[in-house]
Amino acid sequence: MSTFLKIFAIFWKDMLTEFRTREIIISVLVFALLVLVIFSFAFSLGADEIETIAPGILWVALTFGGVIGLNRTFALEKENSRIEGLMLCPVSRAVIYWGKLAGSFTFMLVIAVIVTPIFLALFNLPVFLPRLALIIVLALTGFASIGTLFSALTVNTRARDIMLPILFLPFVVPVIIAAVKATGPVLTGGPWSDMLTWLQIIIAFDIIYLTASSLVFDFVVEE
Amino acid sequence: MDKLKNTASGWAIEARGLEKSFGETRALRGIDLQISRGECLVVFGPNGAGKTTLLKVLSTLLKPSAGSVRINGWDIKENPVRVRNNISLAGHQTFLYDNLTVYENLEFYGKMYGVAHLEQRIREVAEWVQIEPRLHDRAGKLSRGMQQRASVARAVLHNPSILFLDEPEVGLDPHAGAIVKEVLSDINTGSRTVVMTTHNLARGLELADSVVILDRGRVVYSESRQAIGKADFQQVYDRCIKAGK
Repeated sequence: MSTFLKIFAIFWKDMLTEFRTREIIISVLVFALLVLVIFSFAFSLGADEIETIAPGILWVALTFGGVIGLNRTFALEKENSRIEGLMLCPVSRAVIYWGKLAGSFTFMLVIAVIVTPIFLALFNLPVFLPRLALIIVLALTGFASIGTLFSALTVNTRARDIMLPILFLPFVVPVIIAAVKATGPVLTGGPWSDMLTWLQIIIAFDIIYLTASSLVFDFVVEE
Repeated sequence: MDKLKNTASGWAIEARGLEKSFGETRALRGIDLQISRGECLVVFGPNGAGKTTLLKVLSTLLKPSAGSVRINGWDIKENPVRVRNNISLAGHQTFLYDNLTVYENLEFYGKMYGVAHLEQRIREVAEWVQIEPRLHDRAGKLSRGMQQRASVARAVLHNPSILFLDEPEVGLDPHAGAIVKEVLSDINTGSRTVVMTTHNLARGLELADSVVILDRGRVVYSESRQAIGKADFQQVYDRCIKAGK
């Protein structure tokens, strides 16, 4: 219980800071919406292309927008050496990881909640798609879990903004591909069976990334 | 219970053969320290002597390359979380979040340390460092002196038995420096062990029970405060640093 409260304390501190500055939400949102608008002008999708092209557009917007957000996850702690204040707290490094992960995931989810309905409206798709919500939640879990680790890894590098996508994207590609493939049948009203394998792949990567990241986080943040 | 853990030797801090290297650079070279409970050790030394590295190793922020450190009997490599419960670090970096109020900052750190009766404790430390009227101001809007007082409040919030102070007066104007000095004098009373680094010889000597001079990662001078003449300490210091060159 005490561990959960400490994770929540880190999460709530990040929420409060973001609520006051809106640094992450605004920058990611502007980028994601720009991507959607540009693609909506570039393609006029017929019913046949919806399944093949539209999912890619949504996930490009969320993925690259998400990278911008992840860059800020540990940058906040880097300023004024706050990371040292956090590291001095009598908690395992995994607690810090889970607290930061909860923040990253929530930011990404807020972006998705705003961007997805706009995406669906721009491409004349039904707005109420609970299965799409499930895919987004599962894919963002994998995205944020490995992204938080790499954000911590690159925060001390000189070219942090460039290093994060270079190192992080190859790892998250399996999750994104699976999310794109699972989104296709949802947009065209296909059956559950068409997306089930892809959902299983996302869940498998979520478990692997969550476990591996919380185990290696200690080594990443030491010195 | 963690804070009551005692050692056979009885030292609050015990370092043996402490080494720390960053690649080819040897920042600490075989440091031996034994600090009693309630003692205030002041570490002097020129820039690059290894003062900050020493504090970071003692406070578990850096892992030693060789040697051992025990804090209240706990080995820092084997029990880092228990050690962190016993210690705190305040330095020229305040560790405060600019966009949170002082109260929110203290509340956050208090929760991380599992401080009981947190609201009451925050009021106590805020009153003690005389920052109570600014408790609900954002930390980033405070003057440097106020931020440093808030940082000291953060550091003592969980009532650590050992406090590391890394040049706490850096960047403060004389007035803010005087207030922080007052606060540091209060910290030094009672049973709390303090290890402080500073360039300010006079102020350091005022607070010290014992003194160490570091140069190039080595202890080049170690003496109890009573054995040091305030007037000629500057000469002693200069001699130690010159001898190392």
